[in-house]
Amino acid sequence: MIGVGKIKQYSNVLDKPLSKGKQEVSLSAFAFLFSELVQYNQTQVDNIAELERRLEDAGYSVGARVLELLCHRDKGNRRETRLLGILSFVHSTVWKVLFGKVADSLEKGTEHEDEYMISEKELLVNRFISIPKDMGTFNCGAFVAGIVRGVLDSAGFPAVVTAHFVPVEGQLRPRTTILIKFAEEVLRREARLG
Amino acid sequence: MAAIYSLYIINKSGGLIYYKDYGSAGRMDTNDTLRLASLWHSMHAISQQLSPVSGCFGVELLEADTFDLHCFQSLTGTKFFVVCEPGTQHMELLLKHIYELYTDYVLKNPFYEMEMPIRCELFDINLTQAVQKDRVALLGR
Repeated sequence: MIGVGKIKQYSNVLDKPLSKGKQEVSLSAFAFLFSELVQYNQTQVDNIAELERRLEDAGYSVGARVLELLCHRDKGNRRETRLLGILSFVHSTVWKVLFGKVADSLEKGTEHEDEYMISEKELLVNRFISIPKDMGTFNCGAFVAGIVRGVLDSAGFPAVVTAHFVPVEGQLRPRTTILIKFAEEVLRREARLG
Repeated sequence: MAAIYSLYIINKSGGLIYYKDYGSAGRMDTNDTLRLASLWHSMHAISQQLSPVSGCFGVELLEADTFDLHCFQSLTGTKFFVVCEPGTQHMELLLKHIYELYTDYVLKNPFYEMEMPIRCELFDINLTQAVQKDRVALLGR
């Protein structure tokens, strides 16, 4: 018989490797749940900045958990300690697990040393969402910005993370840019490490 | 050539929540469209009552000399109907597709209020594409 003897018997449940987890969930189910999250938060606030903050907070706790899980599952309980390492971890590993693909681009800000940008042509959470005109520049990507902030903060890279729409030439829809501005201490530590 | 003259979406109480005009032949002003929408809603309901056989879901196709009207009613009572040139084919498929777009870009949008007029950019964009595609397919046939 094929495979006989290959299956290890684990006497202790803790010795078993952590399962990869189910790879995908229904996009519709997620879209409805997210829509409901936004609608609920909308009833709790009286201005748009506050709504953005609440979405970001919701994302923050997702990010903190995702970091913990992925470090354990993919990296054998190690986590990135360098700036570029953690950024590419967010850009590829985290993005792949959450959205099924690597983020479209990761760039360094041109004007400021401490700014980095992750851009997406079409953010998954925004796929079905049209922002009404009277809400101005509000972006539901604030939730994703919160996730990124959660990951970075828990990994010891405190940062301010915001989501923005950036119009693209020749395209009907603007793309979403997640702007990451690291705290001073992070850059100081990075410089010391060389 | 405009195969489709116009598209209407009416909510479950007969209010017009979306109207789009695709050709000058069937052009109407806002009041007329509202009136036509609620009139169709009532007619649809009456046709169900008048049916001699039980289990009737209402008028699906109205044929006239100068136009055809294809209607599709979703399970929740939202009605989609297109007014098109007489004899235009495959309108049921287009209506089903529009229903799909409605469930995606309207119902999954947190800023849309149920039963209210539809103002969603993404729905407009995708609808225009769908109608365009349908027209190209029609020319190809």
